[in-house]
Amino acid sequence: MSKKNKFKTSIGDQTLRILTLLMAISVVVLMVWMGWEMFHAARPSIQKFGFGFITGRVWDPVKEQFGALPFIYGTIVTSLIALLLAAPIGLGVAIFLNEMAISKVRTVVGFLVEMLAAIPSVVYGLWGIFVLAPWLRETVQPGLAKWLGFLPLFQGTPVGFGMLAGGLILAVMILPTIAAISREVMAAVPNMQREAALALGATKWEMIRLAVLPYAKSGIMGGIMLGLGRALGETMAVTMVIGNRPDILPSLFAPAYSMAAVIANEFTEATYDLYLSALVEIGLILFGITLILNVFARLLIWSVAQGPKGGNLV
Amino acid sequence: MKSLRKSVNWIMLSIFIFATIIALIPLFGVLGYVVEHGFRALSLDFFLNLPKAMGLSGGGMANAIVGTLIMVLIASLIGIPIGILAAIYLTEYDRHSWLSVGVRFATDVLTGIPSIIVGIVIYTAVVLKMGNFSALAGGLALAIIMIPLIIRSTEEMLKLVSHSIREAGYALGISKGKTILRIILPTAAKGIITGAMLAVARVAGETAPLLFTALGNQYWARSLNEPMASLPVQIFQYATSPYKEWHQQAWAGSLVLISLVIILNLSARFAFRSRSN
Repeated sequence: MSKKNKFKTSIGDQTLRILTLLMAISVVVLMVWMGWEMFHAARPSIQKFGFGFITGRVWDPVKEQFGALPFIYGTIVTSLIALLLAAPIGLGVAIFLNEMAISKVRTVVGFLVEMLAAIPSVVYGLWGIFVLAPWLRETVQPGLAKWLGFLPLFQGTPVGFGMLAGGLILAVMILPTIAAISREVMAAVPNMQREAALALGATKWEMIRLAVLPYAKSGIMGGIMLGLGRALGETMAVTMVIGNRPDILPSLFAPAYSMAAVIANEFTEATYDLYLSALVEIGLILFGITLILNVFARLLIWSVAQGPKGGNLV
Repeated sequence: MKSLRKSVNWIMLSIFIFATIIALIPLFGVLGYVVEHGFRALSLDFFLNLPKAMGLSGGGMANAIVGTLIMVLIASLIGIPIGILAAIYLTEYDRHSWLSVGVRFATDVLTGIPSIIVGIVIYTAVVLKMGNFSALAGGLALAIIMIPLIIRSTEEMLKLVSHSIREAGYALGISKGKTILRIILPTAAKGIITGAMLAVARVAGETAPLLFTALGNQYWARSLNEPMASLPVQIFQYATSPYKEWHQQAWAGSLVLISLVIILNLSARFAFRSRSN
């Protein structure tokens, strides 16, 4: 190989290397830039309202009063409903697929559960408006009010649209996330663990309870946190069924509002700078919360994927 | 005692099967309603015509279908190359340094942040500065959602390429760059394409990042620098409107959107299956 030729290839090599390096760095820059851009745009609101923004209960753009508490409340309540329903069911799905199903069933059902995640959120919203909300109004909520009506959670007029509808739809949407991550970490449990349990005479359930779940526990927690992150930031489906009223009411039947929903509905109508800034600040809070959740979740999942760290079998 | 353990076993296993059935009910519920209502409202007009004024029946979403395709194309042109190149850096040049850890961290964070956040950032950074809503802004927002998805899937696929193939390249005296472009990428090509198709399917259904970037348009956009209609945004506007005719259109739009997403998902799976055989 002549010297000239070698020089040529090394220029190509360098170009590719530098190009890939730049693209890799751009991802980090993108993340930092997004945070900074939002902080910048939210600054007028942060300076004007300070911490009171988070504790303020009144959201009145006409009087330039902005308190985000109703939205934070609606977001948290709907996400908690979603978690309470989706975490056990998602875990059940993961156990069924990983530990019980034969391989054909696993492929088909696994694909179907993934399809739940593929349906666009606006289609869930459409279904929520015309199918879920009427069903809740006519069947579920009168039933709940009849049997559990002594709880403040299930009182009030059944209108269908409200926190219960939002929570239910979120449950459907985060279930595939929880199931997928739980499957992933349960698949990382070495088969020796299972065989050891079975060899000691354990039933299948005992094997799952003693050998699989303790091992995968922190990873499953990570999956649930990722699901929570998705629920907190989910926009369209919630916007379409939550009722969009900035109230803080104890009843799950009551219409409410979520952080993402208020951004989606009012952003293009924000007629003056402070209004826009307040909406961006809600977005910034959402950004911060999901960022922290994601970091914790990834650490938990990563700790399981690393494999066993010694014989601490309980 | 033994029988108690056995019954507990059966009860628990039935609960898991029951959970799986419950999880699948909404899937068939949503698909069933979309297919039933969507087919009733779907016609050739839907694909060829512009939307009619509010309250009138008929009309279509031709502009929204084309708009979705255009903005997804813009997003792919930006997102796929950036994602693949970044993934090459992570697997081929630098797997373990602090920079790679940082890039992977940023990728995870970007995957996890709500898509409406991307809409906000593009609005303040692009729409406000350009002075108008545009298809370009919409495509850019979708690209930002796409990049981390492409990086993750491409990285997984490149990691599957065995080291002996890389070493064979070097042993023949082929430069590193050429080994990557001519040997490693083609080996992983099918997997990378699969990942890209899934990312396309994902952003095609995104509504939130388009609401205040591309906005929406009842007519054809004459250039990329104008507001542009898209299927998800159009479905949202029609679904939340009080008009029955528009509700029908929303179901039809959902059927088209879901078909697009499912076809992409299925063909991505099929491509991957044929690779492993």
